[in-house]
Amino acid sequence: MELDDIPSLPRGVRIHFDKVREHWVLLAPERAVTLDPVGHAILQEVDGERSFGEITSTLAEKYHAPAAQIQKDSSGFLTALKNRRFLDVV
Amino acid sequence: MRVNPPIAMLAELTHRCPLSCPYCSNPMELARIDQELDTETWCRVFTEAADLGVLQLHLSGGEPATRRDLPDLVKAASQAGLYTNLITSGIGLNEKRLAELDESGLDHVQLSLQGTTPEIADEIGGYNGGFKRKMEVAKWIGDIGFPLTLNVVLHRRNLHQIPRALEIAQEIGARRIEVATVQFHGWALANRDALMPTREQAQDAIKIVTKARQELKGKLVIDFVPADYHDQMPKRCMGGWGTTGLNIAPDGQVLPCHAAQTIPHLKFDNVREKPLADIWFGGSAFNAYRGDHWMPDTCKTCDRKEVDFGGCRCQAMALTGDPNATDPVCSKSPHHVAVKEQASAHAAHGDHVPLTYRQPPGKPAQAAE
Repeated sequence: MELDDIPSLPRGVRIHFDKVREHWVLLAPERAVTLDPVGHAILQEVDGERSFGEITSTLAEKYHAPAAQIQKDSSGFLTALKNRRFLDVV
Repeated sequence: MRVNPPIAMLAELTHRCPLSCPYCSNPMELARIDQELDTETWCRVFTEAADLGVLQLHLSGGEPATRRDLPDLVKAASQAGLYTNLITSGIGLNEKRLAELDESGLDHVQLSLQGTTPEIADEIGGYNGGFKRKMEVAKWIGDIGFPLTLNVVLHRRNLHQIPRALEIAQEIGARRIEVATVQFHGWALANRDALMPTREQAQDAIKIVTKARQELKGKLVIDFVPADYHDQMPKRCMGGWGTTGLNIAPDGQVLPCHAAQTIPHLKFDNVREKPLADIWFGGSAFNAYRGDHWMPDTCKTCDRKEVDFGGCRCQAMALTGDPNATDPVCSKSPHHVAVKEQASAHAAHGDHVPLTYRQPPGKPAQAAE
Protein backbone atom coordinates (compact mmCIF):
# COMPACT_ATOMS: atom_id res chain seq x y z
CA MET A 1 0.00 0.00 0.00
CA GLU A 2 1.47 3.39 -1.05
CA LEU A 3 0.98 6.58 0.97
CA ASP A 4 -1.08 8.26 -1.76
CA ASP A 5 -3.31 5.22 -2.43
CA ILE A 6 -6.95 5.92 -1.67
CA PRO A 7 -8.72 2.84 -0.27
CA SER A 8 -12.50 2.46 -0.26
CA LEU A 9 -15.04 -0.23 0.53
CA PRO A 10 -16.74 -1.24 -2.73
CA ARG A 11 -20.47 -1.70 -3.05
CA GLY A 12 -21.54 -4.85 -1.21
CA VAL A 13 -18.86 -4.61 1.48
CA ARG A 14 -19.73 -3.00 4.79
CA ILE A 15 -18.93 -2.86 8.49
CA HIS A 16 -21.66 -4.30 10.67
CA PHE A 17 -22.02 -4.68 14.43
CA ASP A 18 -22.90 -8.29 15.23
CA LYS A 19 -25.23 -7.78 18.16
CA VAL A 20 -25.45 -11.49 18.97
CA ARG A 21 -21.68 -12.09 19.20
CA GLU A 22 -21.01 -8.52 20.34
CA HIS A 23 -18.22 -7.64 17.93
CA TRP A 24 -17.74 -5.90 14.60
CA VAL A 25 -17.69 -7.85 11.35
CA LEU A 26 -16.96 -7.01 7.74
CA LEU A 27 -19.81 -8.25 5.57
CA ALA A 28 -18.90 -9.02 1.97
CA PRO A 29 -20.27 -11.22 -0.82
CA GLU A 30 -20.93 -14.61 0.83
CA ARG A 31 -18.38 -13.88 3.58
CA ALA A 32 -18.41 -12.47 7.10
CA VAL A 33 -15.02 -11.57 8.56
CA THR A 34 -14.63 -10.92 12.29
CA LEU A 35 -12.85 -7.61 12.93
CA ASP A 36 -10.54 -7.18 15.89
CA PRO A 37 -10.43 -3.68 17.45
CA VAL A 38 -7.41 -2.73 15.33
CA GLY A 39 -9.03 -3.82 12.07
CA HIS A 40 -12.21 -2.01 13.01
CA ALA A 41 -10.29 1.18 13.87
CA ILE A 42 -8.55 1.12 10.47
CA LEU A 43 -11.72 0.50 8.47
CA GLN A 44 -13.58 3.25 10.29
CA GLU A 45 -11.14 5.70 8.74
CA VAL A 46 -11.56 4.32 5.21
CA ASP A 47 -13.94 6.79 3.55
CA GLY A 48 -12.93 6.68 -0.11
CA GLU A 49 -11.59 10.24 0.13
CA ARG A 50 -8.52 10.22 2.33
CA SER A 51 -5.26 8.56 1.29
CA PHE A 52 -3.52 5.73 3.07
CA GLY A 53 -0.97 8.28 4.35
CA GLU A 54 -3.65 10.54 5.80
CA ILE A 55 -5.49 7.61 7.37
CA THR A 56 -2.41 6.23 9.07
CA SER A 57 -1.37 9.71 10.35
CA THR A 58 -4.82 10.12 11.90
CA LEU A 59 -4.54 6.69 13.54
CA ALA A 60 -1.02 7.43 14.82
CA GLU A 61 -2.25 10.62 16.44
CA LYS A 62 -5.42 9.05 17.84
CA TYR A 63 -3.67 6.06 19.39
CA HIS A 64 -0.34 7.76 20.23
CA ALA A 65 1.57 5.17 18.21
CA PRO A 66 4.56 5.52 15.82
CA ALA A 67 3.30 6.22 12.28
CA ALA A 68 5.73 3.70 10.76
CA GLN A 69 4.30 0.86 12.86
CA ILE A 70 0.71 1.87 12.07
CA GLN A 71 1.56 2.01 8.36
CA LYS A 72 3.10 -1.45 8.43
CA ASP A 73 0.15 -3.06 10.25
CA SER A 74 -2.50 -1.24 8.22
CA SER A 75 -0.80 -2.02 4.93
CA GLY A 76 -0.80 -5.76 5.67
CA PHE A 77 -4.43 -5.72 6.74
CA LEU A 78 -5.68 -3.61 3.81
CA THR A 79 -3.64 -5.53 1.23
CA ALA A 80 -5.18 -8.79 2.45
CA LEU A 81 -8.65 -7.27 2.03
CA LYS A 82 -7.72 -6.00 -1.44
CA ASN A 83 -6.59 -9.47 -2.50
CA ARG A 84 -9.99 -10.81 -1.49
CA ARG A 85 -11.74 -8.04 -3.44
CA PHE A 86 -13.15 -6.56 -0.22
CA LEU A 87 -11.31 -3.27 -0.81
CA ASP A 88 -10.83 -1.03 -3.83
CA VAL A 89 -7.69 1.06 -4.14
CA VAL A 90 -7.15 3.94 -6.55
CA MET B 1 -21.26 -29.42 23.90
CA ARG B 2 -21.49 -25.71 23.25
CA VAL B 3 -23.53 -24.85 20.15
CA ASN B 4 -22.73 -21.56 18.42
CA PRO B 5 -25.35 -19.59 16.51
CA PRO B 6 -25.43 -20.00 12.72
CA ILE B 7 -23.73 -17.48 10.42
CA ALA B 8 -25.50 -18.30 7.15
CA MET B 9 -29.00 -19.28 6.13
CA LEU B 10 -30.09 -20.61 2.77
CA ALA B 11 -33.73 -19.78 2.12
CA GLU B 12 -35.08 -21.99 -0.65
CA LEU B 13 -38.00 -19.76 -1.51
CA THR B 14 -39.48 -22.14 -4.06
CA HIS B 15 -38.69 -25.34 -5.91
CA ARG B 16 -40.16 -23.95 -9.13
CA CYS B 17 -37.51 -23.26 -11.77
CA PRO B 18 -37.46 -22.65 -15.54
CA LEU B 19 -34.31 -24.77 -15.79
CA SER B 20 -34.12 -28.51 -15.22
CA CYS B 21 -30.42 -29.17 -14.56
CA PRO B 22 -29.68 -32.87 -14.14
CA TYR B 23 -27.63 -32.21 -10.98
CA CYS B 24 -30.18 -29.98 -9.23
CA SER B 25 -29.50 -29.81 -5.48
CA ASN B 26 -33.21 -29.75 -4.62
CA PRO B 27 -34.62 -32.98 -3.17
CA MET B 28 -36.24 -35.59 -5.42
CA GLU B 29 -39.57 -34.83 -3.79
CA LEU B 30 -40.19 -31.17 -4.60
CA ALA B 31 -42.49 -28.80 -2.73
CA ARG B 32 -45.52 -27.68 -4.74
CA ILE B 33 -46.51 -24.01 -5.01
CA ASP B 34 -49.41 -24.51 -2.58
CA GLN B 35 -46.96 -25.78 0.06
CA GLU B 36 -44.67 -22.73 -0.10
CA LEU B 37 -44.40 -20.35 2.86
CA ASP B 38 -46.22 -17.06 2.32
CA THR B 39 -44.57 -13.63 2.32
CA GLU B 40 -45.45 -12.87 5.93
CA THR B 41 -43.98 -16.11 7.27
CA TRP B 42 -40.73 -15.67 5.34
CA CYS B 43 -40.41 -12.12 6.71
CA ARG B 44 -40.89 -13.38 10.26
CA VAL B 45 -38.28 -16.09 9.70
CA PHE B 46 -35.76 -13.52 8.44
CA THR B 47 -36.20 -11.49 11.64
CA GLU B 48 -35.85 -14.63 13.75
CA ALA B 49 -32.71 -15.54 11.82
CA ALA B 50 -31.10 -12.12 12.38
CA ASP B 51 -31.96 -12.31 16.10
CA LEU B 52 -30.42 -15.78 16.23
CA GLY B 53 -27.10 -14.54 14.80
CA VAL B 54 -27.40 -15.19 11.05
CA LEU B 55 -25.40 -12.61 9.09
CA GLN B 56 -25.61 -13.92 5.54
CA LEU B 57 -28.91 -14.76 3.87
CA HIS B 58 -28.81 -16.66 0.60
CA LEU B 59 -32.08 -16.39 -1.32
CA SER B 60 -32.26 -19.42 -3.52
CA GLY B 61 -34.64 -22.01 -4.92
CA GLY B 62 -35.49 -23.41 -7.46
CA GLU B 63 -35.36 -20.05 -9.12
CA PRO B 64 -36.07 -17.37 -6.49
CA ALA B 65 -37.17 -14.92 -9.20
CA THR B 66 -40.27 -17.06 -9.79
CA ARG B 67 -41.55 -15.66 -6.46
CA ARG B 68 -43.46 -12.49 -7.31
CA ASP B 69 -42.87 -11.16 -3.79
CA LEU B 70 -39.06 -11.37 -4.13
CA PRO B 71 -38.49 -7.58 -3.74
CA ASP B 72 -40.65 -7.57 -0.58
CA LEU B 73 -38.69 -10.49 0.83
CA VAL B 74 -35.37 -8.77 0.08
CA LYS B 75 -36.61 -5.60 1.74
CA ALA B 76 -37.70 -7.42 4.89
CA ALA B 77 -34.39 -9.30 5.12
CA SER B 78 -32.41 -6.15 4.54
CA GLN B 79 -34.36 -4.28 7.22
CA ALA B 80 -33.69 -7.15 9.62
CA GLY B 81 -29.97 -6.40 9.11
CA LEU B 82 -29.13 -9.46 7.00
CA TYR B 83 -26.65 -9.39 4.11
CA THR B 84 -28.82 -10.45 1.19
CA ASN B 85 -27.48 -12.61 -1.61
CA LEU B 86 -29.64 -13.65 -4.56
CA ILE B 87 -28.66 -17.02 -6.02
CA THR B 88 -30.25 -17.04 -9.44
CA SER B 89 -30.17 -18.59 -12.88
CA GLY B 90 -30.99 -15.11 -14.19
CA ILE B 91 -34.05 -16.46 -15.99
CA GLY B 92 -37.05 -14.47 -14.82
CA LEU B 93 -35.07 -11.31 -14.17
CA ASN B 94 -35.28 -8.22 -16.36
CA GLU B 95 -34.07 -4.64 -15.99
CA LYS B 96 -37.23 -3.58 -14.15
CA ARG B 97 -37.12 -6.39 -11.61
CA LEU B 98 -33.41 -5.87 -11.00
CA ALA B 99 -34.09 -2.17 -10.36
CA GLU B 100 -36.77 -3.17 -7.83
CA LEU B 101 -34.32 -5.49 -6.09
CA ASP B 102 -31.77 -2.66 -6.01
CA GLU B 103 -34.34 -0.40 -4.33
CA SER B 104 -35.19 -3.17 -1.88
CA GLY B 105 -31.58 -3.23 -0.69
CA LEU B 106 -30.22 -6.39 -2.33
CA ASP B 107 -26.50 -6.68 -1.51
CA HIS B 108 -25.12 -9.23 -3.96
CA VAL B 109 -26.00 -11.48 -6.89
CA GLN B 110 -24.71 -14.95 -7.65
CA LEU B 111 -25.47 -15.88 -11.25
CA SER B 112 -25.25 -19.48 -12.43
CA LEU B 113 -23.87 -20.65 -15.74
CA GLN B 114 -24.25 -24.24 -16.97
CA GLY B 115 -21.40 -23.99 -19.45
CA THR B 116 -19.41 -21.40 -21.39
CA THR B 117 -21.05 -22.00 -24.78
CA PRO B 118 -24.78 -21.84 -25.64
CA GLU B 119 -24.63 -25.43 -26.94
CA ILE B 120 -23.55 -27.06 -23.69
CA ALA B 121 -25.14 -24.55 -21.29
CA ASP B 122 -28.60 -24.80 -22.86
CA GLU B 123 -28.44 -28.59 -23.13
CA ILE B 124 -27.47 -29.00 -19.47
CA GLY B 125 -29.97 -26.41 -18.23
CA GLY B 126 -32.69 -27.86 -20.48
CA TYR B 127 -33.61 -24.32 -21.53
CA ASN B 128 -33.16 -22.97 -25.05
CA GLY B 129 -31.75 -19.47 -25.23
CA GLY B 130 -30.71 -19.61 -21.58
CA PHE B 131 -27.04 -18.79 -22.15
CA LYS B 132 -27.80 -15.73 -24.27
CA ARG B 133 -30.32 -14.47 -21.74
CA LYS B 134 -27.90 -14.95 -18.85
CA MET B 135 -25.30 -12.82 -20.62
CA GLU B 136 -27.93 -10.07 -20.98
CA VAL B 137 -28.85 -10.36 -17.30
CA ALA B 138 -25.14 -10.17 -16.38
CA LYS B 139 -24.91 -6.87 -18.25
CA TRP B 140 -27.93 -5.41 -16.41
CA ILE B 141 -26.46 -6.56 -13.09
CA GLY B 142 -23.26 -4.73 -14.01
CA ASP B 143 -25.15 -1.60 -15.10
CA ILE B 144 -26.78 -1.37 -11.68
CA GLY B 145 -23.48 -2.11 -10.00
CA PHE B 146 -24.44 -5.12 -7.89
CA PRO B 147 -21.38 -7.06 -6.79
CA LEU B 148 -21.46 -10.27 -8.81
CA THR B 149 -20.31 -13.84 -8.35
CA LEU B 150 -20.40 -16.20 -11.30
CA ASN B 151 -21.19 -19.79 -10.40
CA VAL B 152 -20.23 -22.50 -12.86
CA VAL B 153 -21.10 -26.11 -12.11
CA LEU B 154 -18.66 -28.51 -13.71
CA HIS B 155 -18.70 -32.18 -14.64
CA ARG B 156 -17.26 -34.48 -17.29
CA ARG B 157 -19.09 -32.71 -20.13
CA ASN B 158 -17.78 -29.18 -19.39
CA LEU B 159 -14.71 -29.40 -17.13
CA HIS B 160 -12.54 -28.41 -20.09
CA GLN B 161 -14.32 -25.04 -20.05
CA ILE B 162 -12.76 -23.73 -16.79
CA PRO B 163 -10.30 -21.38 -18.58
CA ARG B 164 -13.13 -19.81 -20.58
CA ALA B 165 -15.31 -19.55 -17.44
CA LEU B 166 -12.54 -17.55 -15.76
CA GLU B 167 -12.45 -15.22 -18.79
CA ILE B 168 -16.23 -14.75 -18.84
CA ALA B 169 -16.21 -13.91 -15.13
CA GLN B 170 -13.76 -11.09 -15.81
CA GLU B 171 -15.57 -9.91 -18.94
CA ILE B 172 -18.84 -9.49 -17.06
CA GLY B 173 -17.11 -7.78 -14.12
CA ALA B 174 -17.57 -10.51 -11.51
CA ARG B 175 -15.46 -10.16 -8.38
CA ARG B 176 -15.75 -13.85 -7.56
CA ILE B 177 -16.25 -17.12 -9.37
CA GLU B 178 -17.34 -20.39 -7.86
CA VAL B 179 -15.92 -23.27 -9.82
CA ALA B 180 -17.98 -26.08 -8.37
CA THR B 181 -17.70 -29.69 -9.44
CA VAL B 182 -21.02 -31.50 -9.23
CA GLN B 183 -21.71 -33.05 -5.84
CA PHE B 184 -23.55 -36.29 -6.35
CA HIS B 185 -26.73 -36.14 -4.29
CA GLY B 186 -30.38 -36.35 -5.26
CA TRP B 187 -30.93 -35.73 -8.97
CA ALA B 188 -27.21 -35.94 -9.72
CA LEU B 189 -26.99 -39.51 -8.39
CA ALA B 190 -29.05 -40.66 -11.36
CA ASN B 191 -26.63 -38.91 -13.71
CA ARG B 192 -23.30 -40.26 -12.53
CA ASP B 193 -22.67 -42.15 -15.79
CA ALA B 194 -23.27 -38.96 -17.76
CA LEU B 195 -21.51 -36.47 -15.50
CA MET B 196 -18.80 -38.13 -13.38
CA PRO B 197 -15.46 -36.44 -14.15
CA THR B 198 -12.49 -38.59 -15.02
CA ARG B 199 -9.60 -38.70 -12.58
CA GLU B 200 -7.46 -36.78 -15.09
CA GLN B 201 -10.07 -34.03 -15.39
CA ALA B 202 -10.27 -33.75 -11.61
CA GLN B 203 -6.49 -33.38 -11.36
CA ASP B 204 -6.28 -30.91 -14.26
CA ALA B 205 -8.96 -28.76 -12.65
CA ILE B 206 -6.92 -28.48 -9.44
CA LYS B 207 -3.84 -27.42 -11.45
CA ILE B 208 -5.73 -24.84 -13.52
CA VAL B 209 -7.39 -23.32 -10.46
CA THR B 210 -4.16 -23.19 -8.45
CA LYS B 211 -2.38 -21.38 -11.29
CA ALA B 212 -5.29 -19.00 -11.95
CA ARG B 213 -5.50 -18.04 -8.26
CA GLN B 214 -1.92 -16.77 -8.48
CA GLU B 215 -2.38 -14.98 -11.79
CA LEU B 216 -5.70 -13.36 -10.88
CA LYS B 217 -4.87 -12.40 -7.30
CA GLY B 218 -6.66 -9.17 -6.41
CA LYS B 219 -8.70 -9.32 -9.64
CA LEU B 220 -10.90 -12.37 -9.35
CA VAL B 221 -11.45 -14.49 -6.26
CA ILE B 222 -11.82 -18.18 -7.08
CA ASP B 223 -13.77 -20.55 -4.85
CA PHE B 224 -13.27 -24.15 -5.88
CA VAL B 225 -15.24 -27.28 -5.03
CA PRO B 226 -13.19 -30.29 -6.22
CA ALA B 227 -14.49 -33.60 -7.56
CA ASP B 228 -14.52 -35.43 -4.27
CA TYR B 229 -15.07 -39.04 -5.44
CA HIS B 230 -11.50 -38.95 -6.71
CA ASP B 231 -10.10 -37.46 -3.51
CA GLN B 232 -8.28 -39.11 -0.59
CA MET B 233 -9.89 -37.07 2.16
CA PRO B 234 -13.51 -36.07 2.53
CA LYS B 235 -14.89 -32.56 2.27
CA ARG B 236 -15.53 -30.38 5.31
CA CYS B 237 -19.22 -30.62 4.58
CA MET B 238 -21.28 -27.55 5.60
CA GLY B 239 -18.29 -26.43 7.71
CA GLY B 240 -19.55 -28.99 10.22
CA TRP B 241 -23.11 -30.24 10.69
CA GLY B 242 -25.21 -27.78 12.68
CA THR B 243 -22.27 -25.45 13.34
CA THR B 244 -22.38 -22.75 10.69
CA GLY B 245 -25.43 -22.80 8.48
CA LEU B 246 -28.98 -23.96 7.99
CA ASN B 247 -31.47 -24.33 5.12
CA ILE B 248 -35.14 -23.53 5.03
CA ALA B 249 -37.06 -25.58 2.46
CA PRO B 250 -39.93 -23.88 0.54
CA ASP B 251 -42.49 -25.52 2.83
CA GLY B 252 -40.78 -24.28 6.01
CA GLN B 253 -38.88 -27.40 7.01
CA VAL B 254 -35.55 -26.53 8.58
CA LEU B 255 -32.65 -28.65 7.31
CA PRO B 256 -29.02 -28.91 8.44
CA CYS B 257 -28.04 -29.17 4.73
CA HIS B 258 -29.86 -29.24 1.41
CA ALA B 259 -29.60 -33.01 1.06
CA ALA B 260 -30.48 -33.90 4.66
CA GLN B 261 -33.87 -35.29 3.63
CA THR B 262 -32.06 -38.25 2.07
CA ILE B 263 -31.27 -39.50 5.60
CA PRO B 264 -34.40 -41.45 6.48
CA HIS B 265 -34.22 -41.40 10.29
CA LEU B 266 -34.04 -37.62 10.60
CA LYS B 267 -37.14 -35.64 11.63
CA PHE B 268 -37.28 -32.00 10.63
CA ASP B 269 -38.96 -29.17 12.48
CA ASN B 270 -40.93 -26.52 10.63
CA VAL B 271 -40.79 -22.73 11.06
CA ARG B 272 -44.60 -22.69 10.94
CA GLU B 273 -44.62 -24.52 14.28
CA LYS B 274 -41.51 -23.51 16.23
CA PRO B 275 -39.22 -20.50 16.64
CA LEU B 276 -36.04 -20.82 14.58
CA ALA B 277 -33.78 -20.57 17.67
CA ASP B 278 -35.50 -23.58 19.29
CA ILE B 279 -35.06 -25.56 16.09
CA TRP B 280 -31.37 -24.65 15.72
CA PHE B 281 -30.36 -25.36 19.31
CA GLY B 282 -32.80 -28.12 20.22
CA GLY B 283 -33.94 -29.77 16.98
CA SER B 284 -33.19 -33.49 16.78
CA ALA B 285 -31.95 -33.30 13.16
CA PHE B 286 -29.41 -30.62 14.09
CA ASN B 287 -28.19 -32.50 17.14
CA ALA B 288 -27.97 -35.84 15.33
CA TYR B 289 -24.49 -35.17 13.89
CA ARG B 290 -23.08 -32.44 16.11
CA GLY B 291 -19.92 -33.31 18.03
CA ASP B 292 -18.48 -36.82 17.83
CA HIS B 293 -20.99 -38.97 19.76
CA TRP B 294 -22.30 -40.47 16.52
CA MET B 295 -18.93 -41.19 14.93
CA PRO B 296 -17.56 -44.64 14.17
CA ASP B 297 -14.19 -45.35 15.87
CA THR B 298 -12.35 -44.65 12.61
CA CYS B 299 -13.47 -41.02 12.85
CA LYS B 300 -13.53 -40.68 16.63
CA THR B 301 -9.84 -41.53 16.91
CA CYS B 302 -8.78 -39.63 13.77
CA ASP B 303 -6.69 -36.46 14.11
CA ARG B 304 -8.73 -34.89 11.30
CA LYS B 305 -12.07 -35.21 13.07
CA GLU B 306 -12.09 -31.47 13.86
CA VAL B 307 -11.02 -30.70 10.28
CA ASP B 308 -13.58 -32.58 8.19
CA PHE B 309 -15.96 -33.92 10.87
CA GLY B 310 -16.00 -37.35 9.23
CA GLY B 311 -17.06 -35.84 5.89
CA CYS B 312 -20.52 -35.70 4.38
CA ARG B 313 -23.37 -37.56 6.13
CA CYS B 314 -25.56 -37.58 3.02
CA GLN B 315 -22.74 -39.05 0.96
CA ALA B 316 -22.17 -41.76 3.58
CA MET B 317 -25.90 -42.51 3.33
CA ALA B 318 -25.96 -42.53 -0.48
CA LEU B 319 -22.88 -44.71 -0.95
CA THR B 320 -22.87 -47.05 2.06
CA GLY B 321 -26.49 -46.97 3.20
CA ASP B 322 -25.33 -45.87 6.67
CA PRO B 323 -25.44 -42.14 7.49
CA ASN B 324 -23.15 -42.70 10.51
CA ALA B 325 -20.36 -44.25 8.44
CA THR B 326 -17.06 -42.55 7.64
CA ASP B 327 -17.51 -40.65 4.37
CA PRO B 328 -16.41 -43.32 1.84
CA VAL B 329 -14.29 -40.75 0.01
CA CYS B 330 -11.90 -40.99 2.98
CA SER B 331 -8.92 -43.32 2.44
CA LYS B 332 -9.58 -44.75 5.94
CA SER B 333 -13.08 -45.90 4.96
CA PRO B 334 -13.50 -49.62 4.21
CA HIS B 335 -15.58 -48.49 1.18
CA HIS B 336 -12.89 -46.17 -0.20
CA VAL B 337 -11.45 -48.51 -2.82
CA ALA B 338 -14.90 -49.52 -4.05
CA VAL B 339 -15.94 -45.86 -4.40
CA LYS B 340 -12.80 -45.07 -6.40
CA GLU B 341 -13.49 -47.98 -8.74
CA GLN B 342 -17.13 -46.96 -9.01
CA ALA B 343 -16.11 -43.39 -9.87
CA SER B 344 -13.77 -44.60 -12.60
CA ALA B 345 -16.50 -46.85 -14.01
CA HIS B 346 -19.01 -43.97 -14.09
CA ALA B 347 -16.40 -41.73 -15.72
CA ALA B 348 -15.56 -44.31 -18.42
CA HIS B 349 -18.86 -43.68 -20.24
CA GLY B 350 -18.80 -41.49 -23.35
CA ASP B 351 -20.48 -38.16 -24.01
CA HIS B 352 -23.72 -39.65 -25.25
CA VAL B 353 -25.24 -40.96 -22.04
CA PRO B 354 -28.75 -39.44 -21.92
CA LEU B 355 -29.31 -36.93 -19.14
CA THR B 356 -32.04 -37.50 -16.56
CA TYR B 357 -33.40 -34.00 -16.11
CA ARG B 358 -34.95 -32.64 -12.96
CA GLN B 359 -38.74 -32.65 -13.27
CA PRO B 360 -40.97 -29.79 -12.14
CA PRO B 361 -42.66 -30.01 -8.70
CA GLY B 362 -45.58 -32.40 -8.59
CA LYS B 363 -44.46 -34.68 -11.42
CA PRO B 364 -42.46 -37.90 -11.17
CA ALA B 365 -38.89 -38.10 -12.49
CA GLN B 366 -38.24 -39.99 -15.72
CA ALA B 367 -35.30 -40.46 -18.04
CA ALA B 368 -35.06 -38.12 -21.03
CA GLU B 369 -35.16 -39.56 -24.55
